Amino acid sequence: MTRLLAAIGHPVVAFLAALGRVTLFALQTLRHLVTPPFYLREFGHALLQIGWFSLPVVGLTALFTGGALALQIYSGGSRFNAEAVVPQIVAIGMARELGPVLGGLMVAARVASSIAAEIGTMKVTEQVDALVTLSTNPMKYLTVPRVLAATLAVPVLVAVGDSIGIAGGWLVAITRLDFNSATYLKNTTDFLEFWDVGSGLVKGAVFGFIVALMGCYYGLNSGRGAQGVGAATKSAVVAASVAILAANYVLTGLFFTS
Amino acid sequence: MITLTNVHKAFGPNRVLQGVNLTIPRGESMVIIGGSGTGKSVLLKSILGLVTPDRGTITLDDTDVTKTDRDTFLARFGMLFQGGALFDSMHVWENVAFRLMRGPKALPKAQAREIAIEKLRRVGLTPDKADLFPAELSGGMQKRVGLARAIAAEPEIIFFDEPTTGLDPIMSGVINTLIREIVVEMGVTAMTITHDMSSVRAIADRVAMLHDGLVRWTGPVSEMDAASDPYLQQFIHGRADGPIASVR
Repeated sequence: MTRLLAAIGHPVVAFLAALGRVTLFALQTLRHLVTPPFYLREFGHALLQIGWFSLPVVGLTALFTGGALALQIYSGGSRFNAEAVVPQIVAIGMARELGPVLGGLMVAARVASSIAAEIGTMKVTEQVDALVTLSTNPMKYLTVPRVLAATLAVPVLVAVGDSIGIAGGWLVAITRLDFNSATYLKNTTDFLEFWDVGSGLVKGAVFGFIVALMGCYYGLNSGRGAQGVGAATKSAVVAASVAILAANYVLTGLFFTS
Repeated sequence: MITLTNVHKAFGPNRVLQGVNLTIPRGESMVIIGGSGTGKSVLLKSILGLVTPDRGTITLDDTDVTKTDRDTFLARFGMLFQGGALFDSMHVWENVAFRLMRGPKALPKAQAREIAIEKLRRVGLTPDKADLFPAELSGGMQKRVGLARAIAAEPEIIFFDEPTTGLDPIMSGVINTLIREIVVEMGVTAMTITHDMSSVRAIADRVAMLHDGLVRWTGPVSEMDAASDPYLQQFIHGRADGPIASVR
């Protein structure tokens, strides 16, 4: 019995301890976010890396998702004569859910891994220690610019992804499902409300914060050698992805249930 | 003057420092020797605050290093890391000028670059190396850049962590000579960690030997060869037999 309790208890305690460490790291990041010095050059570089260079992967993901969604809704809707709702459901589905979640997951795969590997390598080659000896706080120099850049860039990526996803649905609808282009676009704009898009952008900001935070946390706590950096990279992507899905559930509950 | 009193540090069950007492007088060059895993790097990182000791005190000019303003404290130090620890995303000159371009006394870019090139010249590197990236340099050149970065802000205290590791004997001699010249020329307090006995003889005013987390022997380098401590004698002569257990 004791062994059973220990087998259950150890992972639970380890999980709670890790959650506590990440929470403390997040609070430290927020404190450094509002206190000088600010490293604008590093922020600009991070914005370019996280925002601009993630556009192709987010755009392609949204394009194919929007197209597939149109086909699925048409096929499913035809069972109860509801084929006509394709434009509305594609738009709402992309803006509220698929745009932010898939965008967040793609950024997690691309950015959390890259941040964790870069900072992890800096850690094992003593570059992080060198920063400290050069009177530079690694939290301010490495973490804050990346977290701020991701928090600002991911909502923009989500907005672009939403537009491309809706365009993907429209393209499939007019070329394969015999929809009228003007009617499809009118139905999309008539039924899409501000908060459908706004909620997705808020989600994007939260997901961006999570992605960069996990990348920085696991990078700065990387183990030694190539294996340590590899493990940090993997943990950053897994933790960021799970946290995005969990946060999505919580935010959806907050935004859309009375 | 840097003083360590009864400093302890353990990582889990591994007790690395077990009561280190050591004084590094102002303006002297202290070299710490000892086998791998005896806590030399942990000792150095404890002074800089990169590692927090479990017990004991470390003072700099009679002020507890944990109670002083971090930025002011660190501004007095320069450090050459074992692998150079150069920022690989920056040009060589930006590495050297890193501290000069940041903080409340940040210099304009052009002036910082000028100083960086002057420091590179001081360590024997030509100005054309300034715009290269660290990955484009040889190991010896990277050490020189690390040395230029360590002296760029003209610190009062410089730490050297295994400065000749991975270098050929000639390049090791060049680095040792440079370190000695810079220490004398700048009048700094220096602390060097090394296994390399040629570095010890070239750099040290005083030597301390660390073994099993304690300082076994300390004294002027001129007295090292005549000392009777069997641990020190085994180490400096590289003997396989003696009180220090070797794994074969």
